[in-house]
Amino acid sequence: MSKANLLDRRSVVSRLLADRKGAIAVGGLGASTYDIAAAGDHDRNFYLWGAMGGAVMIGLGIALAQPKLPVVVITGDGEMLMGMGSLATVGLQQPANLTIVVLDNEVYGETGGQASHTAATVDLVGVARSCGIADARAIATLAEIEAYAVAMQDTASGPRFASVKIDSANLERVLSSRDGTFIVNRIRGSLGFSPI
Amino acid sequence: MDARTETETAPSWPEEIFGILQRFDVRQVPYVPDAGHSQLIERVLGSSSMRGIPLTTEEEGVALLAGAWAGGQRGVLLMQSSGVGNCVNMLSLTQVFRFPFLTLVTMRGEWGEFNPWQVPMGSSTQAVFELCGIRVLRASHPDEVREVVEAGAGQAYNACTPTAVLLSQRLIGAKVFTK
Repeated sequence: MSKANLLDRRSVVSRLLADRKGAIAVGGLGASTYDIAAAGDHDRNFYLWGAMGGAVMIGLGIALAQPKLPVVVITGDGEMLMGMGSLATVGLQQPANLTIVVLDNEVYGETGGQASHTAATVDLVGVARSCGIADARAIATLAEIEAYAVAMQDTASGPRFASVKIDSANLERVLSSRDGTFIVNRIRGSLGFSPI
Repeated sequence: MDARTETETAPSWPEEIFGILQRFDVRQVPYVPDAGHSQLIERVLGSSSMRGIPLTTEEEGVALLAGAWAGGQRGVLLMQSSGVGNCVNMLSLTQVFRFPFLTLVTMRGEWGEFNPWQVPMGSSTQAVFELCGIRVLRASHPDEVREVVEAGAGQAYNACTPTAVLLSQRLIGAKVFTK
């Protein structure tokens, strides 16, 4: 299943979040949520165990509510394809503090490795740019990821979109909390909001 | 996604809804346009405290409101009955997060409907919401809009009870199709 020269997803995510400061990280359904958990549990991790296609919109809602905080959505190509219209919605809103990182292994890894559209025809970077996200790029090296981790802290120059082609190997699952109320209330608590 | 014929004078209930949303400190207003919501959408887009957020499909709005709540803001989703079916899986979030979800839905497919394509979804809108765990309130007359929307906003924002308020086609007026 593995191809040469593709990045390891866990290395990408751990470097993105290594010096995250106050950033809020949204993990899309599936392996992206495990990657964020593997990088270390954090009270500003928003783990998704469902809502396929909704990761970018959840990130947008947070980003608009907390414009001074960096918000990064880390999701897979299948999840992004299901919510492709949300890139148009982000392009219209231009949230300067929002970064979207797609870990693109070109397959639906959770369901048996069926090919996704990005394996053949779809260029998600081109889609994002066409939707009005001017800073849309493909990333191929860990050095670029490290620079990107610094750039995403800048809450005045987004929105940003990056597609990172990663190795399609299925890694051991690192299971985060899957209690949605806990996850959301923990984020709210870290921002100073009380329970109702 | 249609334009109903202009009524001679604008109704006052959209303004009443806007006032209720202001009092409940609603900040994010995602929407897919509908003629029945056009007056309210204009008020939202002209507001300094609310952000109107056009969507490509209604389910985006459910996810957006979950994010808004995580970030400390309240929101409301404006859509037409035909958009409710687009939301079904994403409505899971209202139970998973137990967050204050409120949607205001203008109804099609009832009360003098001309277009048969609107009828199936309009006929099942209330049942779909209820199957998804959303409480449904309905306003059919201009003089009850204020109290119904106030009750819906109250239970959504104060008790985290996910709520849909249906604004009847009888209230809005059936769309008139002319050549």
